[in-house]
Amino acid sequence: MRCDFADSLLQGYFDGELSGRRAAEFERHLRHCVHCATELVDLDLLRDRMQLAQLYEPATAALRRRINAPLRAIAPTKAVSRPLVWHWLAAAAALLFVSILLWRVGHGVRGDDYQAELAGEIVDAHVHSLQPGQMNGIASNDERVVEGWLEGRARFAVPVRNFASDGFALKGGRVDVIEGHAVAVLVYERNRRPINVFIWPTRERDSPPRTGSLQSFQWVDWRKGKMEFCAVSDGSPVDLEQLRQLINSFA
Amino acid sequence: MSDFDTEDRLRFEQLVLPHVDAAFNLARWLLRSRADAEDVAQEALLRSYRFFRGFHGGDARAWLLQIVRNTCYTWLEKNRPMELNMEFDEELHLQTCATPETLAIAGDDRKRLTLALETLPPRFREILVLRELEGCSYKEIAAITAIPIGTVMSSLSRARRQLHSALVDSPQGARP
Repeated sequence: MRCDFADSLLQGYFDGELSGRRAAEFERHLRHCVHCATELVDLDLLRDRMQLAQLYEPATAALRRRINAPLRAIAPTKAVSRPLVWHWLAAAAALLFVSILLWRVGHGVRGDDYQAELAGEIVDAHVHSLQPGQMNGIASNDERVVEGWLEGRARFAVPVRNFASDGFALKGGRVDVIEGHAVAVLVYERNRRPINVFIWPTRERDSPPRTGSLQSFQWVDWRKGKMEFCAVSDGSPVDLEQLRQLINSFA
Repeated sequence: MSDFDTEDRLRFEQLVLPHVDAAFNLARWLLRSRADAEDVAQEALLRSYRFFRGFHGGDARAWLLQIVRNTCYTWLEKNRPMELNMEFDEELHLQTCATPETLAIAGDDRKRLTLALETLPPRFREILVLRELEGCSYKEIAAITAIPIGTVMSSLSRARRQLHSALVDSPQGARP
């Protein structure tokens, strides 16, 4: 025989889901309802038994890997359009990603944690760059000002040119640190879209341009005069190639 | 990759990925198979990532488990429709799936409990898993399973009674 409360208050009491007042009421009921008192003990035994048996089955490492890998490739469904400043920051994050990628490829770094490390660094740098006053950059269209600013921070001379007359207006520069190395970044604007050019010293010989795209971003990478350049934007690859030639003719 | 994607991913990694264990555990018990649960849990996680913008704070675990549960039921409907149809024929289910003999053959208590739990209809099984293994509150269970809190109590009661009798019916089921 079961008490009318067995399917409701008894469960709530056992699971600690009753308010103090209702729990006290039920305790008064328990004192003279042998059915509920017995069932409460059964419930408790069952719970103990389930816990002792350790039925919980956590995800395997293989499943975690399977889940993590595709997340890198999928973007959540797009929301509303954002203010222009986001584009700038978005480009910065994407550029950093590409530059790290190239850096890694260039240095032949590989490993199991490659993806995870890469993502970690991007996210860290990205979050860091979002902090107010943490952009580490100078906004100026003056070649000398930008060059002087970079010289003091990048520890290598960076050729800075404003190609405004060719449609690539210099907006400024900044320094990023990737894997402990300072990398100079020149920021240009073309048709209101930012183009970032990452520059760092290399021991390798000059090389012809390599191009590629990542998500919606285009990049072109080349080496000249013991410097490596990587230009990235979400604009047209033709623009990138034009800027590359302008820089090359001058570097 | 845009800036928002990175930010979303970071949020997703912080809020949702800690509950991968919960996702797999629920899928494993609903589907009664680890291999299938891995596939379905992965699918549910990707789906939750795709619709992460629709998640506006609150209980990330409950939100994810809701998606896992729906994905599981969709999978069951497609692959094992019989299992869902049988859920109200409790007596028959108990007889066909876990006779006292099969329960007795199962050596240790974990196996006995596993078999007994797997004989329960999915809707009772999931509520026990959420309450006893995952430690969800009634409110969370109600949100995940889309049933009223009052129904959570009565379903839990029935689920517990069924599990109890499935264990007691087994000769070696009742513990000394």
